[in-house]
Amino acid sequence: MPETTESPVELVRAIVAAHRGERGVLLPILHDIQNRFGYIDPDLVPALAHELNMSRADVHGVITFYTDFRSEPGGAATVRICRAEACQSVGAEKLVADAEQVFGVKAGQTTPDGSVTLQQVFCLGNCALGPAAQVNGRMYGRVDRGRLIELLANEGDA
Amino acid sequence: MITVYVPCDSAAVSVGADEVASALEAVAGDRIRLVRNGSRGMLWLEPLVEVETERGRVGYGPVTPSAVAGLVEAGMLDGADHELCVGVVEELPWLADQQRRCFARVGVTDPLSVTDYEAHGGLAGLRAALAREPADVITEVTDSGLRGRGGAGFPAGIKWKTVLDTPGETKFVCCNADEGDSGTFADRMLMEGDPFCLIEGMTIAAHAVGASEGYIYVRSEYPDAVATLRRAIDLGYEHGWLGRNILGSELTFDLFVRVGAGAYICGEETSMLESLEGKRGMVRSKPPIPAITGLFGKPTIVNNVLTLASVPTILADGAAAYAELGMERSRGTQVFQLAGNIARGGVFETAFGISLGELVNDYGGGTRSGRPVRAAQVGGPLGSYVPASQFDLPTDYEAFAEAEAMLGHGGIVVFDDTTDMSKMARFAMEFCAEESCGKCTPCRVGSVRGVEVIDRITGGEDPDGNLAVLNDLCELMTDGSLCAMGGLTPNPVRSVLTHFPEDFHANPREAT
Ligand SMILES: Cc1cc2nc3c(=O)[nH]c(=O)nc-3n(C[C@H](O)[C@H](O)[C@H](O)COP(=O)(O)O)c2cc1C
Ligand code: SF4
Ligand code: FES
Repeated sequence: MPETTESPVELVRAIVAAHRGERGVLLPILHDIQNRFGYIDPDLVPALAHELNMSRADVHGVITFYTDFRSEPGGAATVRICRAEACQSVGAEKLVADAEQVFGVKAGQTTPDGSVTLQQVFCLGNCALGPAAQVNGRMYGRVDRGRLIELLANEGDA
Repeated sequence: MITVYVPCDSAAVSVGADEVASALEAVAGDRIRLVRNGSRGMLWLEPLVEVETERGRVGYGPVTPSAVAGLVEAGMLDGADHELCVGVVEELPWLADQQRRCFARVGVTDPLSVTDYEAHGGLAGLRAALAREPADVITEVTDSGLRGRGGAGFPAGIKWKTVLDTPGETKFVCCNADEGDSGTFADRMLMEGDPFCLIEGMTIAAHAVGASEGYIYVRSEYPDAVATLRRAIDLGYEHGWLGRNILGSELTFDLFVRVGAGAYICGEETSMLESLEGKRGMVRSKPPIPAITGLFGKPTIVNNVLTLASVPTILADGAAAYAELGMERSRGTQVFQLAGNIARGGVFETAFGISLGELVNDYGGGTRSGRPVRAAQVGGPLGSYVPASQFDLPTDYEAFAEAEAMLGHGGIVVFDDTTDMSKMARFAMEFCAEESCGKCTPCRVGSVRGVEVIDRITGGEDPDGNLAVLNDLCELMTDGSLCAMGGLTPNPVRSVLTHFPEDFHANPREAT
């Protein structure tokens, strides 16, 4: 993340300002905040609620409804493994178990060194080339244990 | 210069298309014009490299980056034979046998080339629509027999007519691109492979109902589709296909992309509208229907990507040409998606009526594992498991309903004979528990109980008593749920109980 002189609250204000005039802006704003900081710090909720003229409870309610939004930092890499039916038919459950073993954490957790957050996801739209996974937003097909390790090694180099 | 195509579709990229493209540039960059097309939908051949020759586009696949140098040396750029050569792509029976209407350009063109788009028939539908009165456009859509491709199969023309007939200064066209169902990826491939087609369909809809603003709600799992759509929309504005006085007409239509945030329920149309309004994706009770009281309370069209992307061809070639295809009340084409444990998976667009068996066994080539097919789940996580013994079923909405199954979005997920079907029934309940919006008890609590009860049955704990409990639970969810999430989750469960009861008995076979 690039260094900046603006405080997080100022950045939030700037993000909100950038969406002025748009309809139903809360989700786009939350995405922007998460893209900027990697997570949505609960400490930013009051400022956000104030800027949008909403109650804190309402903002909090929206954040917690959606699985994408996280309230604490994730790992350097986010690995999402598809567990939906089409991927299950070609071994997704085994891939999830392998990944948990490789990274030493359960799905939903971040490794203690902060390198990887492992998540389960239900369908990535790659259902003819499963098991599917997404690493930092990029899709991979026909993933197995070996390929997973290889992918992460490459991500490290990138 | 020789034109060479390497798909930019994220499924192709997921198995190395970007690396293949780089390798090609490195080896033959000075001799070729590299086009990143959409995918042809023959996903088992990806990355599929195509070379423009006098005979047509000759394909090679699946190509690995390390094979590129050898292929070029062997004369690939002249269309030479090679063990990876599949011949002239458009002559492959898998492609030639399809009736591509919605997907006509996908894989053929550069998705973001406005020149390609118009050269391949783009804008003809919009031009035809703008030359006609809104009500006439709707009649055309109604006469084509087009039904919603998002799952429920509601006639598109009737929905549009309701929006047209509802007075209102502000009306919206919303595209449901949440595509959360496992086994479906055609919305994504259309958005990545021919985004202008969706934009054109939405613009026709806007003209037809008097809407001035549109939203495409894309799931966050599809970052590439979001990026492609945003670029296509910018290009649309630049070329007068969006914004004020579209193509010199009176029509003004502004279009925006909105990104979901990882909630399956936001594919349900009212939940999607709540989410577009910036709220939690809680399902609304109907009535009022969105056509009358939709986004921000205004009359709103909500249609699936493929519904809207089928409209340009209907307006360009006429309702009759579209309605000629299909069977009974399922008119036109369905974009089938062959997924899961399948040898030749991908997108197969053809007239309704083709049997499940033809799709799975003939075109799909059976399982990828080479083992016998046991079942296919059709229509997503809320659809039934159809046993291989019923594969003569024609793909028709009503025929499926009669067989207690659901055609839905046309996704077909294949399972081989090592599958423990009780686990799939359990997963249906688990998925519902995970993704329920929580508004009604039968869905929110029933699904959690469903998982527990199935665990008791497969654990050998009073199987008969617990089977009765499971059946009651299914009935309660069907009758007492506000939306189809809770209401249809019993479908896959019951289908397993009906067709694979042996998997609920002692010693169910282990998967793999
Ligand atoms: C739980 C649930 C999830 C749904 N997900 C989608 C989806 O991802 N995409 C979609 O087009 N329709 C989805 N639908 C159907 C929509 O509610 C709605 O019927 C559809 O968007 C209408 O468009 P159509 O008539 O063009 O199909 C879903 C419905 C339910 C109950
Ligand atoms: S059935 Fe489930 S998802 Fe649908 S409204 Fe009720 S709780 Fe929400
Ligand atoms: S089910 Fe895994 S990508 Fe669709």
